[in-house]
Amino acid sequence: MIGMDPFDALFRLQRALDTRLASDWLSSATAGIGAFPPINLLQQGHDFVAVVELPGVRSDALSVEAKENSLRLSGTKSFDYEDKASLHRRERIAGSFDRTITLPIRIDPDRINAEYRDGILVLFIPRAESDKPRTIKIA
Amino acid sequence: MVSGQELQVQEKRELQKKEESTAPARMFLPTTDIYETDQALTVVMEMPGVDKGKVEINVEDGVLTVEGGIDFSKYEALQPVYTEYNIGNFRRSFDLSNSIDQGKIRADMKDGVLTLTLPKSEEAKPRKITVA
Repeated sequence: MIGMDPFDALFRLQRALDTRLASDWLSSATAGIGAFPPINLLQQGHDFVAVVELPGVRSDALSVEAKENSLRLSGTKSFDYEDKASLHRRERIAGSFDRTITLPIRIDPDRINAEYRDGILVLFIPRAESDKPRTIKIA
Repeated sequence: MVSGQELQVQEKRELQKKEESTAPARMFLPTTDIYETDQALTVVMEMPGVDKGKVEINVEDGVLTVEGGIDFSKYEALQPVYTEYNIGNFRRSFDLSNSIDQGKIRADMKDGVLTLTLPKSEEAKPRKITVA
Protein backbone atom coordinates (compact mmCIF):
# COMPACT_ATOMS: atom_id res chain seq x y z
CA MET A 1 0.00 0.00 0.00
CA ILE A 2 1.40 3.37 -0.98
CA GLY A 3 1.18 6.06 1.68
CA MET A 4 -0.49 9.45 1.25
CA ASP A 5 1.73 11.81 -0.72
CA PRO A 6 1.79 15.35 0.69
CA PHE A 7 2.05 16.71 -2.88
CA ASP A 8 -1.23 15.01 -3.71
CA ALA A 9 -2.79 16.70 -0.69
CA LEU A 10 -1.58 20.08 -1.97
CA PHE A 11 -2.82 19.29 -5.49
CA ARG A 12 -6.29 18.41 -4.16
CA LEU A 13 -6.33 21.61 -2.11
CA GLN A 14 -5.34 23.66 -5.19
CA ARG A 15 -8.24 22.14 -7.13
CA ALA A 16 -10.64 22.81 -4.26
CA LEU A 17 -9.51 26.44 -4.11
CA ASP A 18 -9.93 26.74 -7.89
CA THR A 19 -13.54 25.60 -7.81
CA ARG A 20 -14.46 28.45 -5.46
CA LEU A 21 -12.39 31.07 -7.29
CA ALA A 22 -14.39 34.32 -7.23
CA SER A 23 -17.55 32.35 -6.45
CA ASP A 24 -20.68 34.45 -5.94
CA TRP A 25 -20.77 33.72 -2.20
CA LEU A 26 -19.55 37.24 -1.48
CA SER A 27 -21.39 38.56 -4.55
CA SER A 28 -20.35 42.18 -5.01
CA ALA A 29 -20.05 42.82 -1.32
CA THR A 30 -16.48 44.03 -1.45
CA ALA A 31 -16.14 47.76 -1.02
CA GLY A 32 -13.54 50.15 0.25
CA ILE A 33 -10.66 51.09 -1.94
CA GLY A 34 -9.21 48.48 -4.24
CA ALA A 35 -9.14 44.72 -4.07
CA PHE A 36 -5.86 44.43 -2.20
CA PRO A 37 -5.20 42.27 -0.28
CA PRO A 38 -6.57 39.09 -1.89
CA ILE A 39 -8.67 37.03 0.52
CA ASN A 40 -9.60 33.36 0.74
CA LEU A 41 -12.65 32.48 2.83
CA LEU A 42 -13.19 29.02 4.19
CA GLN A 43 -15.85 27.41 6.31
CA GLN A 44 -15.37 25.33 9.43
CA GLY A 45 -18.72 24.07 10.63
CA HIS A 46 -20.77 27.19 11.36
CA ASP A 47 -17.69 29.40 11.57
CA PHE A 48 -15.39 30.98 9.00
CA VAL A 49 -11.68 31.42 8.44
CA ALA A 50 -10.18 34.16 6.26
CA VAL A 51 -6.63 33.69 4.95
CA VAL A 52 -4.94 36.81 3.58
CA GLU A 53 -1.52 37.09 1.92
CA LEU A 54 0.39 40.19 3.05
CA PRO A 55 4.08 39.48 2.47
CA GLY A 56 6.32 42.29 3.66
CA VAL A 57 3.63 44.00 5.75
CA ARG A 58 4.75 44.37 9.35
CA SER A 59 2.18 43.39 11.95
CA ASP A 60 2.33 46.88 13.50
CA ALA A 61 1.46 48.38 10.09
CA LEU A 62 -1.66 46.24 9.77
CA SER A 63 -5.09 46.92 11.19
CA VAL A 64 -8.20 44.73 11.29
CA GLU A 65 -11.66 46.00 12.22
CA ALA A 66 -14.82 43.95 12.43
CA LYS A 67 -18.49 44.81 12.66
CA GLU A 68 -21.50 42.53 12.75
CA ASN A 69 -21.20 41.59 9.10
CA SER A 70 -18.14 43.33 7.76
CA LEU A 71 -14.38 43.16 7.95
CA ARG A 72 -12.00 45.99 7.20
CA LEU A 73 -8.32 45.40 6.50
CA SER A 74 -6.03 48.37 6.17
CA GLY A 75 -2.35 49.07 6.36
CA THR A 76 0.85 49.98 4.64
CA LYS A 77 3.58 48.01 2.98
CA SER A 78 6.93 49.72 2.85
CA PHE A 79 10.52 48.69 2.38
CA ASP A 80 13.85 50.40 1.96
CA TYR A 81 16.91 49.46 -0.01
CA GLU A 82 20.39 50.89 0.26
CA ASP A 83 20.75 54.23 -1.48
CA LYS A 84 23.79 53.34 -3.53
CA ALA A 85 22.32 50.12 -4.85
CA SER A 86 21.55 49.71 -8.54
CA LEU A 87 18.25 47.98 -9.04
CA HIS A 88 18.29 45.11 -11.54
CA ARG A 89 14.79 43.79 -11.08
CA ARG A 90 11.86 45.48 -9.49
CA GLU A 91 8.64 43.54 -9.08
CA ARG A 92 7.62 44.28 -5.50
CA ILE A 93 5.24 47.17 -4.88
CA ALA A 94 5.00 49.36 -1.79
CA GLY A 95 1.90 51.31 -0.86
CA SER A 96 -1.16 51.46 1.29
CA PHE A 97 -4.40 49.48 1.28
CA ASP A 98 -7.88 49.73 2.74
CA ARG A 99 -10.41 47.04 1.94
CA THR A 100 -13.79 46.26 3.44
CA ILE A 101 -15.72 43.08 2.73
CA THR A 102 -19.33 42.51 3.69
CA LEU A 103 -20.12 38.95 4.63
CA PRO A 104 -23.49 37.37 3.86
CA ILE A 105 -23.65 36.18 7.49
CA ARG A 106 -23.67 37.77 10.92
CA ILE A 107 -20.44 37.37 12.81
CA ASP A 108 -19.42 37.72 16.44
CA PRO A 109 -16.84 40.55 16.20
CA ASP A 110 -15.73 40.22 19.83
CA ARG A 111 -14.64 36.65 19.36
CA ILE A 112 -12.59 37.09 16.18
CA ASN A 113 -9.10 35.78 16.58
CA ALA A 114 -6.27 37.07 14.39
CA GLU A 115 -2.90 35.44 13.80
CA TYR A 116 -0.15 36.90 11.66
CA ARG A 117 2.81 34.76 10.68
CA ASP A 118 5.17 34.49 7.69
CA GLY A 119 3.26 37.20 5.84
CA ILE A 120 -0.10 35.43 6.19
CA LEU A 121 -2.98 36.83 8.21
CA VAL A 122 -5.45 34.22 9.44
CA LEU A 123 -8.74 35.41 10.93
CA PHE A 124 -10.95 32.96 12.81
CA ILE A 125 -14.44 34.38 12.45
CA PRO A 126 -17.14 32.87 14.65
CA ARG A 127 -20.68 33.11 13.38
CA ALA A 128 -23.06 35.02 15.67
CA GLU A 129 -25.24 32.75 17.80
CA SER A 130 -28.34 34.50 16.44
CA ASP A 131 -27.26 33.58 12.92
CA LYS A 132 -26.78 29.87 13.45
CA PRO A 133 -29.43 27.65 11.98
CA ARG A 134 -31.81 25.97 14.41
CA THR A 135 -33.39 22.62 14.03
CA ILE A 136 -37.13 22.87 14.33
CA LYS A 137 -38.84 19.91 15.85
CA ILE A 138 -41.97 18.85 14.05
CA ALA A 139 -44.61 18.00 16.59
CA MET B 1 10.60 53.23 -1.29
CA VAL B 2 7.54 55.31 -2.01
CA SER B 3 4.56 54.29 0.01
CA GLY B 4 2.11 56.94 -1.14
CA GLN B 5 0.50 54.80 -3.80
CA GLU B 6 -2.42 52.50 -3.38
CA LEU B 7 -1.67 48.80 -3.58
CA GLN B 8 -3.07 46.73 -6.43
CA VAL B 9 -3.45 43.00 -6.54
CA GLN B 10 -0.52 41.39 -8.35
CA GLU B 11 -1.56 38.25 -10.18
CA LYS B 12 0.43 35.30 -8.87
CA ARG B 13 2.61 33.94 -11.63
CA GLU B 14 2.80 30.21 -12.04
CA LEU B 15 6.17 28.56 -12.61
CA GLN B 16 6.50 27.20 -16.15
CA LYS B 17 8.70 24.15 -15.86
CA LYS B 18 11.11 22.99 -18.49
CA GLU B 19 10.76 19.41 -17.39
CA GLU B 20 7.64 17.65 -16.27
CA SER B 21 7.54 17.10 -12.57
CA THR B 22 6.45 13.92 -10.87
CA ALA B 23 4.24 15.77 -8.40
CA PRO B 24 1.05 17.27 -9.85
CA ALA B 25 0.89 20.34 -7.60
CA ARG B 26 1.44 23.74 -9.21
CA MET B 27 4.29 25.99 -8.11
CA PHE B 28 4.51 29.77 -8.09
CA LEU B 29 7.20 32.34 -8.84
CA PRO B 30 8.03 34.57 -5.89
CA THR B 31 7.72 38.29 -6.63
CA THR B 32 11.35 39.42 -6.64
CA ASP B 33 13.53 42.51 -6.41
CA ILE B 34 17.26 42.31 -7.13
CA TYR B 35 19.80 45.01 -6.45
CA GLU B 36 23.54 45.26 -6.55
CA THR B 37 26.13 47.19 -4.60
CA ASP B 38 29.91 47.13 -4.94
CA GLN B 39 30.07 44.44 -2.29
CA ALA B 40 27.10 42.20 -2.90
CA LEU B 41 24.06 41.20 -4.84
CA THR B 42 20.82 41.21 -2.86
CA VAL B 43 17.77 39.19 -3.85
CA VAL B 44 14.46 39.94 -2.09
CA MET B 45 11.66 37.42 -2.61
CA GLU B 46 8.07 37.43 -1.40
CA MET B 47 7.07 33.96 -0.28
CA PRO B 48 4.00 34.28 1.94
CA GLY B 49 3.34 31.24 4.13
CA VAL B 50 6.91 29.94 3.98
CA ASP B 51 8.63 29.30 7.30
CA LYS B 52 12.37 30.04 7.37
CA GLY B 53 13.04 26.35 7.96
CA LYS B 54 11.39 25.50 4.64
CA VAL B 55 13.66 27.54 2.40
CA GLU B 56 16.33 25.92 0.24
CA ILE B 57 18.98 28.05 -1.41
CA ASN B 58 21.38 26.64 -3.93
CA VAL B 59 24.14 28.18 -6.05
CA GLU B 60 25.49 25.84 -8.67
CA ASP B 61 27.26 26.57 -11.98
CA GLY B 62 26.42 30.26 -11.66
CA VAL B 63 22.70 29.62 -11.16
CA LEU B 64 20.92 30.64 -7.99
CA THR B 65 17.88 28.52 -7.18
CA VAL B 66 15.53 29.28 -4.30
CA GLU B 67 12.73 27.00 -3.19
CA GLY B 68 10.17 27.65 -0.47
CA GLY B 69 7.68 25.17 0.94
CA ILE B 70 4.40 26.54 2.27
CA ASP B 71 2.57 25.36 5.34
CA PHE B 72 -0.96 24.63 4.18
CA SER B 73 -2.08 22.88 7.36
CA LYS B 74 -4.36 25.82 8.21
CA TYR B 75 -6.51 24.80 5.24
CA GLU B 76 -7.02 21.27 6.56
CA ALA B 77 -10.59 20.30 7.41
CA LEU B 78 -11.85 23.62 6.00
CA GLN B 79 -14.27 24.01 3.13
CA PRO B 80 -13.44 26.85 0.70
CA VAL B 81 -16.48 29.08 0.12
CA TYR B 82 -14.91 32.01 -1.71
CA THR B 83 -11.34 32.28 -2.99
CA GLU B 84 -9.35 34.97 -4.75
CA TYR B 85 -5.97 33.28 -5.07
CA ASN B 86 -4.40 29.88 -5.13
CA ILE B 87 -1.53 28.66 -3.05
CA GLY B 88 1.50 26.50 -3.70
CA ASN B 89 5.19 26.11 -3.13
CA PHE B 90 7.60 28.65 -4.58
CA ARG B 91 10.60 28.19 -6.85
CA ARG B 92 12.72 30.54 -8.90
CA SER B 93 16.17 30.51 -10.52
CA PHE B 94 18.46 33.27 -11.70
CA ASP B 95 21.68 33.26 -13.70
CA LEU B 96 24.30 35.09 -11.68
CA SER B 97 26.50 37.36 -13.71
CA ASN B 98 29.05 37.86 -10.95
CA SER B 99 30.94 35.22 -9.10
CA ILE B 100 29.68 34.84 -5.59
CA ASP B 101 31.48 33.95 -2.41
CA GLN B 102 29.29 30.98 -1.61
CA GLY B 103 30.53 30.55 1.91
CA LYS B 104 29.29 34.01 2.88
CA ILE B 105 25.69 33.96 1.59
CA ARG B 106 23.34 35.40 4.21
CA ALA B 107 19.63 34.66 4.33
CA ASP B 108 17.02 36.42 6.41
CA MET B 109 13.30 35.70 6.49
CA LYS B 110 10.73 38.13 7.86
CA ASP B 111 6.97 38.44 7.33
CA GLY B 112 7.11 36.07 4.38
CA VAL B 113 9.94 37.96 2.64
CA LEU B 114 13.31 36.33 2.05
CA THR B 115 16.34 38.62 1.79
CA LEU B 116 19.41 36.93 0.34
CA THR B 117 22.73 38.71 0.44
CA LEU B 118 25.24 37.19 -1.96
CA PRO B 119 28.67 38.76 -1.38
CA LYS B 120 30.77 39.07 -4.51
CA SER B 121 34.00 37.11 -4.56
CA GLU B 122 37.17 39.20 -4.42
CA GLU B 123 37.89 39.00 -8.16
CA ALA B 124 34.37 40.16 -9.01
CA LYS B 125 34.53 43.37 -6.98
CA PRO B 126 35.08 46.56 -8.99
CA ARG B 127 38.58 47.97 -8.97
CA LYS B 128 39.56 51.52 -9.50
CA ILE B 129 42.13 51.78 -12.24
CA THR B 130 44.42 54.73 -12.13
CA VAL B 131 45.45 56.04 -15.49
CA ALA B 132 49.13 56.77 -15.36
